[in-house]
Amino acid sequence: MPDTSVMIRDTAKKLLDEKRVDLIIGFERGTLPLCSSPCFTRRSEEAERLIWNASCENNLAKYLRRREEKVGIVAKGCDIRSIIGLIKEQQIDREQVFIIGVPCNGMIDRRKIEAKLDGKEILEAEEEDETVILKGRDFTEAIKKEEFLHNSCKTCNHRNPVIYDVLIGDKVEENQGFDEYKEVKEFEAQSADRRWQSFTNEVSKCIRCYACRNACPLCYCQECFVDSSQPQWIGKTTNLSDTSIFHIVRAFHTAGRCVDCGACERACPMGIDIRKLTKKIEKDVKELFHYEAGVSLEDIPPLATFNPDDPQEFIK
Amino acid sequence: MKEMKIAKNEVVSFLDSLIREYKVFAPVKRDSFVVFQEIHSGSEALLDYANSKKPPKEIFFPQSEVMFAYSLHGEGLGIEEPAFEEKPRVIFGIRPCDARSLVILDDIFNSEMYKDVYYIDKREKTLVIATGCNQPNSTCFCTSLGGGPFSRDGSDLLLVDIGQEYVVQAVTEKGEQFLKKHSEFKDVDEHSLSLMRNVIETAGALIKSKVETEEIKEKLDRMFDDPFWDLVHEKCLGCAICTYLCPTCHCFDIADEATDHRGKRIRIWDSCAFPMFTLEASGVNPRPTNKERTRQRIMHKFKYFVDNHGMAACVGCGRCIKECPVNLDIRAVLNSILNR
Repeated sequence: MPDTSVMIRDTAKKLLDEKRVDLIIGFERGTLPLCSSPCFTRRSEEAERLIWNASCENNLAKYLRRREEKVGIVAKGCDIRSIIGLIKEQQIDREQVFIIGVPCNGMIDRRKIEAKLDGKEILEAEEEDETVILKGRDFTEAIKKEEFLHNSCKTCNHRNPVIYDVLIGDKVEENQGFDEYKEVKEFEAQSADRRWQSFTNEVSKCIRCYACRNACPLCYCQECFVDSSQPQWIGKTTNLSDTSIFHIVRAFHTAGRCVDCGACERACPMGIDIRKLTKKIEKDVKELFHYEAGVSLEDIPPLATFNPDDPQEFIK
Repeated sequence: MKEMKIAKNEVVSFLDSLIREYKVFAPVKRDSFVVFQEIHSGSEALLDYANSKKPPKEIFFPQSEVMFAYSLHGEGLGIEEPAFEEKPRVIFGIRPCDARSLVILDDIFNSEMYKDVYYIDKREKTLVIATGCNQPNSTCFCTSLGGGPFSRDGSDLLLVDIGQEYVVQAVTEKGEQFLKKHSEFKDVDEHSLSLMRNVIETAGALIKSKVETEEIKEKLDRMFDDPFWDLVHEKCLGCAICTYLCPTCHCFDIADEATDHRGKRIRIWDSCAFPMFTLEASGVNPRPTNKERTRQRIMHKFKYFVDNHGMAACVGCGRCIKECPVNLDIRAVLNSILNR
């Protein structure tokens, strides 16, 4: 990992010195253990702050839109797939972005670790190849990284960048031999009542902070439907009905576009399983339209086009 | 100041007896985090926890609250008053930082100029029993804002954990009267008091996170147009996590929800982080970008509120630090301001 950080820094410094980009967006050390933070560097000296480790969990593609300057971005597989989505939706120009692609073995879910420690605070964390050493006030514990990855990392099949302008380090092995829709299928097999119960249990925790929406690179509407007052589509309170509609509609707005980067789930302060819906929709899109978001710059997202062969069993 | 004690193993039955007379709110485990909720049995209360995810301000200033209901009928307009609290209430186990936030909220919702009936009703009918922090978290910086792990501001009673018992400090007259009425509270001996003093002293020293907040306002007085704001906002997502989870944030919106001839006027939390917060009917928005809104948050808490109320609108609870998805750490922002 230190090697990756050094390689990223060197690449960034070179790009900035040669003025091939005006800005590089990457990660720097956070102020809490197991935490990194998005970092905006414009000069070679600033690029010294850039790091790479298993806590670089944010999707930096969020910060690419509406810029005049040429931007370099340190991006992992999922981030790059979001970038492809943004390019296809004409929100950014391919030429405007210099993609510093970083192969990724998954990011650590701090909350899973906190749950395991049952309230004991982590004061220090030291990352090694496969483990993390956690230190608290009166404990030291080593954990295996792969047991505490984010859920979206566990089902990731694009650990290596799909496109890039420079690749940092060697490609990693892709996840093999697993069913990324296993949990979705288990959910589908439940009764409608059970599924509704499960869904409403999750969203009843929602405090309508919109961190999920704001963390998503593909949520960029000038006026989000939740803010519309004429007409007002949903109420602004945490009434279960309104909150359910918010989550359902947002999931549908990302249908065929969502790359399952997990940024929404990571941002949510209440730990809501937001991917419960979005992963199911992703599966439906794959089955109905044979389409996977964010892997090709050429194909057209299914909700932006039609095909005479499109399935129509719903027409009876 | 009157001090008594209560055995830890009597707290559950004490809460059970309170529940018969009061609406009791206590910290409760929900999934992997803690929230303040009404409890119906003493065993639901969590006695050992760091702090709640959502601040207990929602017990006094709920996220959504019906101000009144109305209906239009043959004879005209009918107005239905809101439901005021019928039973007296107790909030048990609130942390001193959150208890202090009530002092700040009091200055907004119960001032000479403005009396918010909804807040005042709940506040006046609630007895505040705080539990001090023997082991503050690394993100706690209450001492930098005039508070501390055993600060008494805002509470009626403060409990100090000395092992098998709590020493109970009666902070207000209301608290002292309450102690007299409950036999679970016993006279306290000098040994327990000395243990209490140890705990308090140790805890104060355990607060490692410090910010020199006294000079912040002076700096901010001159910084409105400083290019500092161009950079500090860049990673901010503009969500409402910091504002909704902050015990002192108090901005709200008012919405009408109606169908046919009946409706409700509802007060709901709002956030200065949202673009629409200052969007005027004309279409003009004085805070058009994230830069102005991030500047506003810092200015409001550490300058405007000090100008208007003589204190910073922050109690150093650390929730915004822990929960910000991009780790925009307010302590780092304040330190950058101090170094300007």
